[in-house]
Amino acid sequence: MSQIILQIDGKEVAAEEGMTILEAARSVGIEIPTLCDHKKLAPYGACRICTVEADAQGRTNLVAACLQPVEKDLVVRTRTERVDKARKVLLEQMLAHAPDSEQLQELGQVYGANRDRFAKDPSFCILCGLCVRYCDEVKQKNAVAFIERGAKREIVFIPEIAVRECWDCKECFPLCPTSALQAAYYLTEALMSPPEPAAPSCGGCKGS
Amino acid sequence: MPRINSCAELEVLRKDILSQRDPDKPCITLCSGSACHATGSGKVAAAIEQEITTQGVASEVTFRRTGCHGFCEQGPIVVIYPEGTCYLKVKPEDIAEIITQTIKEQKIVERLLYVDPNTGEKATVEADIPFYKNQERLVLGPNRKIDPKSLDDFLAVGGYQALSKALFEMTPEQVVGEVKNAKLRGRGGAGFPSGLKWEFARNAPGDKKYVVVNCDEGDPGAYMDRSLMEGNPYSVIEGLMIGAYAIGANEGYFYVRQEYPLAVQNLEIAIKKAEEHGLLGQNILGSGFDFTVKVHRGAGAFICGEETALLKSLEGMPGEPNSRPPFPAIKGLWGKPTNINNVETWSNIPLIINQGAEAFSAIGTEGSKGTKIFSLVGKVNNTGLVEVAMGVTLRDIIYKIGGGVPGGKKFKAVQTGGPSGGCIPEDHLDIKVDFDELTQAGAMMGSGGMIVMDEDTCLVDLARYFLGFLSDESCGKCNPCREGIRQMLKILTDITNGLGKEGDIELLLELAETTKGTSLCALGKTAPNPVLSTLNHFKAEYEAHIKEQRCPALSCKKLIAFHIDPDKCKACGACVKKCAPQAIEGGKKRIHVIDQEKCTKCGSCLAACPKAFGAVRKISGEPLPSPIPEESRSIG
Repeated sequence: MSQIILQIDGKEVAAEEGMTILEAARSVGIEIPTLCDHKKLAPYGACRICTVEADAQGRTNLVAACLQPVEKDLVVRTRTERVDKARKVLLEQMLAHAPDSEQLQELGQVYGANRDRFAKDPSFCILCGLCVRYCDEVKQKNAVAFIERGAKREIVFIPEIAVRECWDCKECFPLCPTSALQAAYYLTEALMSPPEPAAPSCGGCKGS
Repeated sequence: MPRINSCAELEVLRKDILSQRDPDKPCITLCSGSACHATGSGKVAAAIEQEITTQGVASEVTFRRTGCHGFCEQGPIVVIYPEGTCYLKVKPEDIAEIITQTIKEQKIVERLLYVDPNTGEKATVEADIPFYKNQERLVLGPNRKIDPKSLDDFLAVGGYQALSKALFEMTPEQVVGEVKNAKLRGRGGAGFPSGLKWEFARNAPGDKKYVVVNCDEGDPGAYMDRSLMEGNPYSVIEGLMIGAYAIGANEGYFYVRQEYPLAVQNLEIAIKKAEEHGLLGQNILGSGFDFTVKVHRGAGAFICGEETALLKSLEGMPGEPNSRPPFPAIKGLWGKPTNINNVETWSNIPLIINQGAEAFSAIGTEGSKGTKIFSLVGKVNNTGLVEVAMGVTLRDIIYKIGGGVPGGKKFKAVQTGGPSGGCIPEDHLDIKVDFDELTQAGAMMGSGGMIVMDEDTCLVDLARYFLGFLSDESCGKCNPCREGIRQMLKILTDITNGLGKEGDIELLLELAETTKGTSLCALGKTAPNPVLSTLNHFKAEYEAHIKEQRCPALSCKKLIAFHIDPDKCKACGACVKKCAPQAIEGGKKRIHVIDQEKCTKCGSCLAACPKAFGAVRKISGEPLPSPIPEESRSIG
């Protein structure tokens, strides 16, 4: 692996080839906010909160730090007026769905986001995909998935799989930044019956 | 079917086919593309076949059903060679006369000829019709000469010559070099230099590589790729094979949208025949080059036209774009280097190889070479597919080829580049059509959609329509695209409903900036274009909606009303009869009055009111005149 020297917020950073801007920044203690990023999961690039400004090949672009690979002589700025403004609007759009999410509110304060800027559409889910991807990539069960596309996209548990797999797992619960997952899960749970209990060894009491 | 084992055998077969064809023998061709099919070319074909038998001319005439000619407005189209006599809007009942007059007596059936709406002059042959005269049909041209189901027809117009040249006279590197030198840019939307893309895929490490045809054309109103795929599938296959040879691939995929059944049918027939002749499979033409193709039908998602989403869909995954890099040329289908181009791009390849990069790049502008096919639709006299050299002005396309705006209406704007493109107003019509100039004007080339709008189109409503389309068609993965479009759509819907607020325009601009800057793929990055370009050129229209509750185009239903002028109404009852919701109260010799509560604003009354009276009026942004007192309603 060859080493790549780039600049993040004026600091020279040595990174390995194949690393993302986010990884390079973290390696030197520079914080870039994230919502859909998770150390056990492949980078996804859905929330775009990690957007940073990058100069490469004579052009300045906004890029998602979690996906953009480092390259030689890249100049990255993690807090500029343009970056902060984009993060503010992105947060406001998510707050319209999950106005009470603590994680969103905390970030919202940093970037001056107004949670009431856009009309509320309280789906409680910001579609970060942490639950879906964790269930796929880590658990390899695919009990929770996305359905529909565009503005109609949402997460659902697949009852046939959930009834088998979810009772003793629920590892996705703490990942959810808005509590939407629990809501979706319990909704599905309400619709299904618990797995058949193992037959008691005594044969049970019948006819009582 | 005999297998063709070498390029010598290919040329023998071609000579054989040509020797059996007498260029002087009359040949009736009938356009059988999707548009003409819709206007009844199937019945016309049956009539031609029957009439040829009935009139006993089977040995004197050839009949051929061809692909799309382009002049869809005037279909079904019949062209009779060798003269090239062109008959338009042909009906089954016209056929007997065509055979008796034109085939037997060499006379023209005058009433089926093209009549110039401006000069009243008739045109006998295609070359005299302004719609065709001002085009340069290098790619689309063969469509009208060949039956897309016939390999013989394709060979007769020089098919597979380019493949044979590439395989036997050029190294793969030379083929890549030729495409690079031709400066061909991708016809699918972004206009990336195709040769460069090929070079990336050629140089990418890996034994297994793929080539893919993107035929997931989804822009509303656009059907360039459809017509090529339906009308000349062999040329796309030939282009794809040359590309595969150049980058080192032995497998190819056609990704064709589900809604193009004829394209799939003709393509599958072409693949089967090519396989039977050894033009697909092992050791093609004895060159040692192996190549196979498969057809995959898209399931109806617009986003699958985006190359990374298309590849995911091909793999059987949901069609959601990936971030680039890595580009498909490095890591594409199943993680292997993949070169994906659009149908029209692939169709240009045989041309480049046959005539050479220099001849190809002699046409066009500095930055955009060759020709481009546009689907010219909307409020324009001659709708259809037009192919022009890059650098022609928008004005020439709309007025010289398109024949201008119908019904004496005023031109307002042209939308190019599909839902993510932009609107160009009258005072920018002299810009030259190429990738860079269109982008500079705030629109884009896109895949070649061109929608003409007249003064009756509300551009706020147009932006709302396109954002609505994109809101449905975004994959929904990334926040700025999904939510940004949702919020912009909400604001635009409010504005067109008369609920616009002070500050809406600023908010639209802010949302547009974020969506454009931070979205994952090109759909999101370009989604704000309809908003930005209409705001740029037609801001006053937005302001009229917001500040005066007025729709200047008199189009937004919530902001208009219909009113019958009591001084002009003659109580004829024409409007009353046409009013479906029975919102007009009439009666003999009683001035008619519209009940605004019941009115659905369909406009039937306006259309029904005799021109001589002109009593019905559409109004917006002004108070309705107070109702006429009951006692004054009697007339005569």
